[in-house]
Amino acid sequence: MSVLVYTENWEGKFKKLSYELASFASAIAKEMGSTVTALSIGHVADDELKSLGKYGVNKVLNVQDNRFESLDNKAVADAIAKAVASEGAKVVILAHNNEGKAFAPRLTVKLNAGLVTGVIGAPVSVEPFVVKKKVFTQKAFAKIQIKTDVKVLTFAQNSFDVVENQVDTVIEAFDPQIGDDEFTTKVNETNKITGKILLSDAEIVVSGGRGMKGPENWAGLEEMGDLLGAGMACSRPVSDDGWRPKEEHVGQTGKIIAPNLYFAFGISGAIQHVAGVSSSKFIVAVNKDPEAPIFEFADYGIVGDVFKVIPQFIEGIKEIKS
Amino acid sequence: MKILVLISNVPDTTTKIRFTGDNKAFDTSGVQWIINPWDELALTRALEIKEAGGVESITVANVGTAATEPTLRKALAVGADDAIRIDAEPKDAFYVASQLAQIAKDYDLIMSGIESSDYNGAGVGGMLAAMLDIHSVSAVSGVSLENGAFTVQRDIDGGNQKVSVSAPLLVVVQKGIAKDPRIPAMRGIMMARKKPLNVIPAAAVEARTEFLGYEMPEAKAACKMVDEDNAKELIRLLHEEAKVL
Ligand SMILES: Cc1cc2nc3c(=O)[nH]c(=O)nc-3n(C[C@H](O)[C@H](O)[C@H](O)COP(=O)(O)OP(=O)(O)OC[C@H]3O[C@@H](n4cnc5c(N)ncnc54)[C@H](O)[C@@H]3O)c2cc1C
Ligand SMILES: Nc1ncnc2c1ncn2[C@@H]1O[C@H](COP(=O)(O)O)[C@@H](O)[C@H]1O
Repeated sequence: MSVLVYTENWEGKFKKLSYELASFASAIAKEMGSTVTALSIGHVADDELKSLGKYGVNKVLNVQDNRFESLDNKAVADAIAKAVASEGAKVVILAHNNEGKAFAPRLTVKLNAGLVTGVIGAPVSVEPFVVKKKVFTQKAFAKIQIKTDVKVLTFAQNSFDVVENQVDTVIEAFDPQIGDDEFTTKVNETNKITGKILLSDAEIVVSGGRGMKGPENWAGLEEMGDLLGAGMACSRPVSDDGWRPKEEHVGQTGKIIAPNLYFAFGISGAIQHVAGVSSSKFIVAVNKDPEAPIFEFADYGIVGDVFKVIPQFIEGIKEIKS
Repeated sequence: MKILVLISNVPDTTTKIRFTGDNKAFDTSGVQWIINPWDELALTRALEIKEAGGVESITVANVGTAATEPTLRKALAVGADDAIRIDAEPKDAFYVASQLAQIAKDYDLIMSGIESSDYNGAGVGGMLAAMLDIHSVSAVSGVSLENGAFTVQRDIDGGNQKVSVSAPLLVVVQKGIAKDPRIPAMRGIMMARKKPLNVIPAAAVEARTEFLGYEMPEAKAACKMVDEDNAKELIRLLHEEAKVL
């Protein structure tokens, strides 16, 4: 019996999210009196795999098989199911992101398990197994009981503190034995940024709206981004007008993110925008209009001109960094 | 080539969320019901594919009580050819997917939304694909039919990908799948009245989860304001007070 967590990497390094998932898994395992096994698919070096031990992972199943790079939903779900079976896991945890949402529902059918997606924070109780999630697009919380023996959860990013809890970790190569015929998703073309901070995994996000006036004015935001190791985001009209790449668009129709800190420069704070960022721990708003709705959601704000504020921010950040 | 679009019936996105009976149930009084926005976009894309040729019919299906029929009629008015309602109160994603598995076998393409905007389950599509033992692609922002196979665009970390998968296929769609939803025209509304809406009895299925109750989020503390000419002070607060820098 164990808790199994599916950890994702970005260019060979675990995402921050994976450490959060590991911490979350380890808290549940502690309450259940069991251990944590992580399943890692892809090319992750051994010392990186070992780093999961810092967050309470006792065992890592390491799958190195290029066929999984196609993220074939069926094949990956079947591989996770095999790992769950071989570990006798009772709780299976994935991230509430593209991959988790793709695999978890399939997995529940394989495992005769109940599913709750978008779980936030620690379980309310493990016996009975009750968790909390946001419903009605962030407008309320629900408490949900899972009644099956095996439980599958997708976990909402940034709702559980990453806690260090060093344990000994063993790494085992794992071959889920998925036949070639199961891989039918053929990748024809991939467009993705590399070597950059992944917006969905960034702890800090710097975002600009139409108040930035034009694409030529982003240098200050980019400098802030570089100084802070932050991800870059923008409002929809900004990406619609081609000022910034589409990948940066956040909101109801864009990406939903939950960083520790979100900087909104010249963003009015329309409900559709806020839907994508309201789970951020802290929101900072700079807007020249004191009535801008963004101030209702922000924790810290400045009523003023972005072009006056940004250089001061940069200076301030340089000071605390030095 | 037959397409099935799954339709979830949800409260209008501007609905004020309230609960009744000691926060045990969602208060549906005065609520306007709509086609789940992702499903509406899925249907729009299905119609576009059909217009491009090679599609025989588009069926829409919902698991719900008679109260959801106006939503299915709207889908017919927008252009679906026929509708199926499985007569049951949805209990959870597993319950809904199990009901749909009864009727979903004979389609080449099944489209589901990434999530219902009410309970944000994000479960039905993937579960249904696994129950039917067919392939699925999630985070889909584009789908087209080319020489009998599907070309699918999906979001991945840091970008997107074009993949091809053969039929039968279930796609879980999200932003980008269609630009704007279609609005039913008068003629469509007239025609929808004559289109078939078949009601099928529910299968006996146990839900695997149970909603125990709801809570409203706590009111947010007021925004702390800093002067424009003293913007560095805000950075200091983030560093020393919020401790996020
Ligand atoms: C169905 C639907 C879905 C949508 N989905 C999204 C979504 O996913 N994401 C999204 O972002 N939007 C979305 N929108 C659009 C949304 O409603 C807003 O129109 C959009 O977020 C506004 O972007 P903005 O804040 O950048 O621009 P504006 O609303 O034009 O706001 C610009 C702000 O900048 C301020 N400003 C101007 N100059 C300065 C200056 N020099 N210094 C400081 N402040 C300044 C102004 O006071 C203003 O508040 C959606 C809309 C619809 C209808
Ligand atoms: N009651 C239902 N009837 C038909 N389809 C549904 C129903 N509930 C959900 N779906 C489909 O499954 C998708 C995901 O819903 P959910 O898992 O409820 O978040 C929706 O976008 C619909 O396409």
